[in-house]
Amino acid sequence: MIYWNSVGDFVAMGGYGLYVWGSFGVTALVMLLEPILVARRRKTTIALLKRQLRAEARTAERSPKA
Amino acid sequence: MKDRFNLYRFASPAVFYPLAGRMMPWFAAAAVIFGLAGLWLGMLVAPTDFQQGEGYRIIFIHVPASWMSMFIYLVMAFWAAIGLAFNTRLSGMMTAALAPTGALMAFLSLWTGAFWGKPMWGTWWVWDARLTSELILLFLYIGFLALTAAIDDVRRADKAGALLLLVGVVNVPIIYFSVKWWNTLHQGSSVNFAKSSMAETMLWGMLLMALCFWMYAIAVALARVRVIMLERERHTDWARAELARAGAEA
Repeated sequence: MIYWNSVGDFVAMGGYGLYVWGSFGVTALVMLLEPILVARRRKTTIALLKRQLRAEARTAERSPKA
Repeated sequence: MKDRFNLYRFASPAVFYPLAGRMMPWFAAAAVIFGLAGLWLGMLVAPTDFQQGEGYRIIFIHVPASWMSMFIYLVMAFWAAIGLAFNTRLSGMMTAALAPTGALMAFLSLWTGAFWGKPMWGTWWVWDARLTSELILLFLYIGFLALTAAIDDVRRADKAGALLLLVGVVNVPIIYFSVKWWNTLHQGSSVNFAKSSMAETMLWGMLLMALCFWMYAIAVALARVRVIMLERERHTDWARAELARAGAEA
């Protein structure tokens, strides 16, 4: 079922190792990094918006509508 | 009449936000499953290519990334047209959420293409029709991101971005048909549903990887559109409620 005879064969990719792993490595990096960056953006955005809302609420408290 | 299924309801961020949140993990899980199956078939089971040796295996990410780079652009152009025609809030959020993923797919298409071109053609890059038009696609994505980021008023940024998207959409058929219209180093399409030139395991590996990229793009775009919705709708009741809930979790 498995095409390769050894792990070494798999890594060497018939002499194309640099090109195959250079492609797959960067693709894997991008597709792991992007979701992490989106998750981080969500976290910082929520924290920022909550701070803004709290600040707005405080100003509203201090200066009630005339 | 009140209970009738109404598609416009989903255009409301208050409805779409929780829906996207519920769908996102399923698309992410599907991406992982399709990806593992595709890598297993493509990298471990599929035989070697009689012309290109093991170097051909780059196809399993190059073709899905290239397809997605074009398809995401078409989806963005679709939302741009909807946004300009009906002035819907959701369309600008959708294009903003899709653009970074599309740009990354275009970059991956060019990167893996260079790493495929070097051993097969002897060069990382040639200014031929297919490669140049894909590079223009990357520039269109970057141009869209830069243009919308440069305009402070969100509605105006959406409109300007939508125009850029609609003007640039002409590039997509040029990429797609470039291998037919011009003499190019780039090989023609390997996938032909009538008579494919690929071995069966190769074809299945590639289709699974394409599904993986598809699901990945949907999952990331849904996650990103949720953040954009919170940013843009922060003064609405639903966003305030959501922010209060998000605070309870953290």
